[in-house]
Amino acid sequence: MRFYSLKAASAVFGLFAVASCAQAGDTTQHAQGQQLPAEDVQITVPAGFHTLVVAEGLGEARHLAVNSNGDIYVKLARLKDGKGIYRLRDTNGDGKADQITGFGNYTGTGIAIKGGYLYASSDEEVFRYPIGSNQEVQNPDKPERIVTGLLARHEHESKSIALDNDGNIYVNIGAYSNACQLEDRTKGSPGQRPCPILDSAGGIWQFRADQLNQTYGDDRRYATGLRNVVGLDWNTQTNTLFVMMHGRDQLHDLFPDMYDTKQSAELPAECLYELHKGSNGGWPYIYYDGLQHRKILAPEFGGDGKKTAGEDAMDPVYAFPGHIAPNALLFYTGSQFPERYRHGAFVVFHGSWNRAPEPQKGFLVAFLPMNNGKPTGEWEVFADGFAGGPDQVASGRAKHRPCGIAQGPDGSVYVSDDSKGTIWKISYSGK
Amino acid sequence: MKMIPRFRTALRVVSWLATACLLLSLRLPVSHLPQGGVQASVLRGKKVYGDQCLSCHQVDGGGVQGMNPPLIKTKWVLGDKPTLIRLVLNGMTTAVEINGDSYHNVMAPHKDLTDLQIADVLTYIRNSFGNKAKSVSQQEVKLIRAQTK
Repeated sequence: MRFYSLKAASAVFGLFAVASCAQAGDTTQHAQGQQLPAEDVQITVPAGFHTLVVAEGLGEARHLAVNSNGDIYVKLARLKDGKGIYRLRDTNGDGKADQITGFGNYTGTGIAIKGGYLYASSDEEVFRYPIGSNQEVQNPDKPERIVTGLLARHEHESKSIALDNDGNIYVNIGAYSNACQLEDRTKGSPGQRPCPILDSAGGIWQFRADQLNQTYGDDRRYATGLRNVVGLDWNTQTNTLFVMMHGRDQLHDLFPDMYDTKQSAELPAECLYELHKGSNGGWPYIYYDGLQHRKILAPEFGGDGKKTAGEDAMDPVYAFPGHIAPNALLFYTGSQFPERYRHGAFVVFHGSWNRAPEPQKGFLVAFLPMNNGKPTGEWEVFADGFAGGPDQVASGRAKHRPCGIAQGPDGSVYVSDDSKGTIWKISYSGK
Repeated sequence: MKMIPRFRTALRVVSWLATACLLLSLRLPVSHLPQGGVQASVLRGKKVYGDQCLSCHQVDGGGVQGMNPPLIKTKWVLGDKPTLIRLVLNGMTTAVEINGDSYHNVMAPHKDLTDLQIADVLTYIRNSFGNKAKSVSQQEVKLIRAQTK
């Protein structure tokens, strides 16, 4: 089995990294006894929780998945030393990765582990790799291509993935548009009804996890009217898929007479939806107003900020503040955290840009207490401080941007950052 | 397909006229000075920026990672004026790479802005965010707009 060395491991782990690998076919760099550089930000978590930097300097670390032996797999949106997936392994039990190896020559966002396979996506395809009984990825250079030919047109192109317990994989195909105007994001350009984008994007597609080279087909579309989903997770309590949608942008830019900059910063809400086959989120014709708690007709389609519409569209399970960019969703199933976290949703907010000139928001991990797929309270900040401080949040010039979240076998959770590529472990001791 | 002779004559006259106009416009000096001076143009441009550009390119002109390109000391902003003017008029639908980072969001065309508004906003961005470059005049925009019609 061939793995590849991380050339920058010494930079990542400081000057004391020890390269000790000379065995043929294994160029993994071991770095033992080294010290991690001081954290450049202080992550705040509730009392009794602790954070630890597992790895740094991975670059655009998008989603991540943790194997049953504790190995962390990270999908990168930019190749690092020619590799798009990195495996982080802790061999001495201190929680920090001391063996970092890369494989896969494609960039992307989605990654998941299910039933003895590692699944990973590029912006056009989905691959899978068998994980052997030795807990190693088999043939890392020759994955099985299970999905191909997905649209990626320079907007909302990342493909997130989630798997159910019946052998299906769900793939987000984001709409390559803000609001399906004839000319995207252009003032005065009309909305298109029916929106031609929806036949091949703006929804969730369902594929079989074990079939090769699947692509678009009528029976494959699972849910529609979802502008762009980056965070999604299978809820094992309800046995349904939940998604967080990125709401539309630029209400003030496009309709300054209808929305002022403050309204434009708050609208629409970032929504959590529970999906079933055939579910419709209503994009682009409506958006969800989290202040009026209503589905509002989009102004491109004759709306005025008040007219309701979308009777055929589902209501959100929960509405978060606008534009803060939900990039990952995780239903907590572990027992390490206190009982109130079980079955609740962690939502990773990448941070806003479309709130300007109002201050930006987000750059945090939120928690929504839930049971049986229903919220049992309001959302709260779980982990914060990734941006570096209030000024970095307000300006959007964040030091780190949280992007992915995954649960480890011991019930700890791991958070990735796609700005600098730091991976944090968050665990609970009660002290 | 056969052309009607009268139509061909008309076409010839039109093309002569167009050539004559072009030559004339090349000979006439185009004012590079902004209306009312650079300071006034920068002030007017700041307002246009706030209304038209800020939500994507941000208050500090730094853009948004992976989406909207920064306007700070890039060749696009500081470079060739006609290219920059065309970019504002026609927008951009392809990804752009700046300092090794790729930016993917579309930029809408802004033909609806007046020549003066485009001149002002470009003068503003060329003299803000740490940039220092020559101002853009209303006449320069007018000329490019006429060429791109």
